[in-house]
Amino acid sequence: MSANGGNKETLLDIRGMEVHFETRRGIARAVNEVDLTLYKGERFGLVGESGSGKTTLILALLRMIKTPGFIAAGSATLDDGTDLLKLNREEIRRVRLKRVAMVPQGAMNSLNPVMRIGDQLMLTIREHAEDGEIPDKHTQLKQVEELFYRVGLKPAVARLYPHELSGGMKQRACIAQAISLNPQLILADEPTSALDVVVQRQIMQTLRKLQNELDATVLLVGHDMGLMAQFAERVGIMYGGKLVEVGPVENIFHNPQHPYTQLLISSIPNFEIKGEFRGIPGVGLSLLDPPTGCLFHPRCPKAIDRCKSVEPQLKEVAADQLVSCLLHEEDQHAPAS
Amino acid sequence: MPPLLEARNIRKVYHGGGQLFGGEVSETVACNDFSLSIDADNPTFTTIAGESGSGKTTIARMLLGVLDPSGGEVLYQGQDVRDLKKDGQQRFRQDVQAIFQDPFEVYNPFYKIDHILTTPIYKFGLAASKTEAYEKIQEALRTVGLRPEETLGRYPHQLSGGQRQRITIARALLLKPKLIIADEPVSMVDASLRATILAGLHTLYKDFGISFIYITHDLTTAYQVSENIIILFHGAVAEAGSTEKVIKDPQHPYTRELIQSIPVPVPGSGWIEEDIEEKEVEDPDAEVHTSGCPYALRCPAAMDKCQVPPPFFRTEGERAVSCFLYEESPVLQGNDLHEVFRERDR
Repeated sequence: MSANGGNKETLLDIRGMEVHFETRRGIARAVNEVDLTLYKGERFGLVGESGSGKTTLILALLRMIKTPGFIAAGSATLDDGTDLLKLNREEIRRVRLKRVAMVPQGAMNSLNPVMRIGDQLMLTIREHAEDGEIPDKHTQLKQVEELFYRVGLKPAVARLYPHELSGGMKQRACIAQAISLNPQLILADEPTSALDVVVQRQIMQTLRKLQNELDATVLLVGHDMGLMAQFAERVGIMYGGKLVEVGPVENIFHNPQHPYTQLLISSIPNFEIKGEFRGIPGVGLSLLDPPTGCLFHPRCPKAIDRCKSVEPQLKEVAADQLVSCLLHEEDQHAPAS
Repeated sequence: MPPLLEARNIRKVYHGGGQLFGGEVSETVACNDFSLSIDADNPTFTTIAGESGSGKTTIARMLLGVLDPSGGEVLYQGQDVRDLKKDGQQRFRQDVQAIFQDPFEVYNPFYKIDHILTTPIYKFGLAASKTEAYEKIQEALRTVGLRPEETLGRYPHQLSGGQRQRITIARALLLKPKLIIADEPVSMVDASLRATILAGLHTLYKDFGISFIYITHDLTTAYQVSENIIILFHGAVAEAGSTEKVIKDPQHPYTRELIQSIPVPVPGSGWIEEDIEEKEVEDPDAEVHTSGCPYALRCPAAMDKCQVPPPFFRTEGERAVSCFLYEESPVLQGNDLHEVFRERDR
């Protein structure tokens, strides 16, 4: 099912990304030395518990980290050499929506409540058009109608205010805004977590269809493993700000290598098992007082002594599957299962 | 002996909007003719499942006696909860406990955890001495899998969401309740902790014989913990019966759509590719205000007769479906879902 086949072209290359939050009790490393490559036209799912840094990572890509948070190190280079983490205010404004767009989590809080939906979209089109290329009002209207059609909204919605829309319609309006300038990278932060499952499926199908049409890359952030299994082609697992495993979706679900991923996968409830509850032992880590060595070792059932002192690095253990775990560094020849 | 708690044809209508600007007063039926009884001697784990706006929290609040029904009555040991005298109130508040969704909102940030646990002990006179009170608290904390030395003496903000939710369970447990109504107890908790909390609830049911009403939108967790399930759609029960049957072989068209919409954690199973029939509902309000089956506007199998509300057809012993597709089956008398659930226990 690998949609990239053999010829994978890199769209975004994240290297050594660090996002820190300064607090009175010290510095919290919310995103910790993350290396991640996103390919053109792929659907990538980024999974993690709350506080694992997944949302911070995508906010950093759009440079929307607010103080006391800041990008401490690293680069995120697009295929044309633009480093998103080094752009100034004006430069990043030009990249937003045009090259990298975001579908927010709470669509209800992302639309201006006192502006008609159509006007908001036209504003987007005007604001992000190149100087001197601002289309006239009639063309803008046409563009909005076209966008609505693509996301499955009726043209009449343009005249409505956000409060007149259902949750699903609002999310569609946000998707319309995100794709308005044909971005190559769409960052979707739990776009359906506030929606009912029936609507969720409709919205995810719409997003999938648009991704196909635009040949865009979608980075879907969330914690619903079912959604990831269905939407993503590759999945990355974050724990405590670090990427602990990356791999094709089938491998992550059927052959996870990192002990955390293994526990995460086995804790997914399903309709096959009744009355049995499998969780992950222990409590999440504190970013202000992280453990030494591997961040997961206090909760890890397979931890060895070295895990307390040595920080594991992401290493390739199978085709396209990267794992950050000492168990795999120790024995490179271990069978894959 | 009357059941511990019984809802008899309860109904809740919210009036809203309009008047200020001279518009029409709109009525929203959040719950329409809901009946259920919970037997203390025969503990059950019942899920009330529905999407947002289906009225599940409204039902929970009416069962807890914090919201008055617009019609029908909620009875505690045969007595209307609105007419309970002081000692009846006291017993009701002890026997029927609530666990709410947000473990961050139920605590007063200025008090240590001890406060939320000692208050019920004093209010209900559960312990003769301070030492006894602390013994009870420690026991309750251990039962929900918390270490007393790591929890007591701390402030709510020093604990994680999962720990806080377990403390609310421990607090409910202190009162030795007969029924716990849990409104989305795990929706704010991380997936890895969800299992632990649900396992805790399940133990209380199995080992302590406490009945549960578990309110959720998540059918997967409902399947894991509960024996009976009630599927709500816009304030009306669409289907009810044994969880196994309803989830594995849904009969009501709405239940079917709901279950098909759940993304299963198996890559490549077609959830995203498969074309779904999207029957557009022109006016979402119409579903709320219809006098017939609320699902008829979207239902692929809708018929003319769906203009009137369908009764419950008992398609099999352990299941009742409110849909005319099953009109050949006998009608469930008296609307009491308890009848259907009891069948399962036989």
